[in-house]
Amino acid sequence: MTDVLLCDYAHARAGDKGNTLSVAVFAFSDEHYAWLANELTCERVAACLNHRAIGTVKRYELPNLGGLNFVVENALEGGVNASPGLDRHGKSLSYALLGLRLPPPD
Amino acid sequence: MTTTVHIGCGAGFANDRPDAALALANDLAGRDGRRFLFFELLAERTLAEAQLRRLNDAQSGYALRLFDFLEPVLETCLDTGIAIVTNGGAANPTAAATRLRQQLQGTRHASARIACVLGDDLLDSDIDLQQWLPAQLDGEVVSVNVYSGADGIVQALDQGADIVLCGRVADPSLAVGPLRHAFGWQADDWDRIAQATAVGHLLECCTQVSGGYFAHPGLKDVPDLANVGCPIASVSAEGQIVIGKAAGTGGCVTERTVKEQLLYEVHDPASYLTPDVVMDLSQAHVRQVATNQVAVEGVRGKPRPTHLKGLVGLRGKWFAEAEISYAGPGAVVRAALAHDILLQRCAKLAPQLTPWIDVIGVASLFNDAGGQWLQRHLAQAADCQDVRLRISFLNRDKALLERLLLDAESLYTNGPAGGGGVRRHIGESLGTASFLIERTAVRQQLEWF
Repeated sequence: MTDVLLCDYAHARAGDKGNTLSVAVFAFSDEHYAWLANELTCERVAACLNHRAIGTVKRYELPNLGGLNFVVENALEGGVNASPGLDRHGKSLSYALLGLRLPPPD
Repeated sequence: MTTTVHIGCGAGFANDRPDAALALANDLAGRDGRRFLFFELLAERTLAEAQLRRLNDAQSGYALRLFDFLEPVLETCLDTGIAIVTNGGAANPTAAATRLRQQLQGTRHASARIACVLGDDLLDSDIDLQQWLPAQLDGEVVSVNVYSGADGIVQALDQGADIVLCGRVADPSLAVGPLRHAFGWQADDWDRIAQATAVGHLLECCTQVSGGYFAHPGLKDVPDLANVGCPIASVSAEGQIVIGKAAGTGGCVTERTVKEQLLYEVHDPASYLTPDVVMDLSQAHVRQVATNQVAVEGVRGKPRPTHLKGLVGLRGKWFAEAEISYAGPGAVVRAALAHDILLQRCAKLAPQLTPWIDVIGVASLFNDAGGQWLQRHLAQAADCQDVRLRISFLNRDKALLERLLLDAESLYTNGPAGGGGVRRHIGESLGTASFLIERTAVRQQLEWF
């Protein structure tokens, strides 16, 4: 079975507070929430952002909303105050996660 | 007894669209029940910028475009009893109130009641800041503001305000104030205050809940996004919430748009801290009840925190960027050569600085300070035929940064073939640092104009 692109199964929005990134990821379909919760682990999210000196990755499960909320410390290279990067808020990083390839749902 | 309160948001940040609130005000004007319109115009650094403007001109320091937002809707709102609440007073709500008072003089709304909610500006107070501010601050302090809650807004509306101009109240408090006022909810009715906070949180970024910042053609389509409409929440006395949007506008309100905004900038969903309440979204759910109407249920509250969050605005740093483009055959290898030249030049001219370098078109938004992301992707990108090299710095030494930007521009004659379109930019980069202060140390005040 070939891996699938997360973007085709879920939607997401990123937010920032200081140097901390939060990304909420929601399954398009309720029936894919269990698959999402199973495959989109903290380890996979950390690996996706490991080019930056990230700290702890926390994951909050929201079965009522069919989503997962990730909070990644130090993911924003200083954040809107201190990063020399192009996207100082890290708003575009929702699509770094949505670009992940995961084993397909059953 | 008021049965349903309608509250709309006309702007979600300082540079939002001033014409968007017109359709919102017209929609609200036609609704029964109590109606309110709020504008959210502050971000973390906006207040420090506003404070700098106030230092240069005592009549300045409110949100730069505050009057661009107010003017299109003022008459409709005052004619039809829609109270306006905004944090666009920023660093100088009283200057904004004075100007508004002058503007209304001689019109049929000359007696409109304008209230300012003050007390968030701790530089302007007799509070001993040493006790609360971080010991180490990276820069010159230009502003100290505390995120205040809804109390002042409730008081102003209870006393008949038509327009409430605030400084740094927390964004959701702009909705909590009107809802507490309209329903007489007690400040410690935690579930109700959390539901009001959910309304404020969902609306505070304006169209981000009604189709803005959502579209992905083919996967998440949004109708008529060019005319995306402002959101309206309809709230019952029991705290039932339905999110909708202004009639005759584009965009959409769906379970998906509402879910994305509900978790926006939230860390622990069971514990979202605001000055008014600790909001618990862990059991929240959403339900489409009609086209562009989504009910939000299951929001609960816990007692508000004993401490308030404050922000110190800091100056002293500069943000510098220069860009040059390469297109056509070999664009990527030429950009990569320019990248290496810039690193060598910087090592020679300013060995203490590490530049951030992107190759836009290959790796930029997801890039990192060390350029690891860029190196991973450069080798696979040989086919790109239009890329833009970007070098940037953040530092205190403005003159040095200006020299480095000019040096980047010298890639024109000294760099690889066919480079074009150099742009340089340097600007002040205000910083912030947060702190906590005991709630009882801060006092909100009301001033009438």
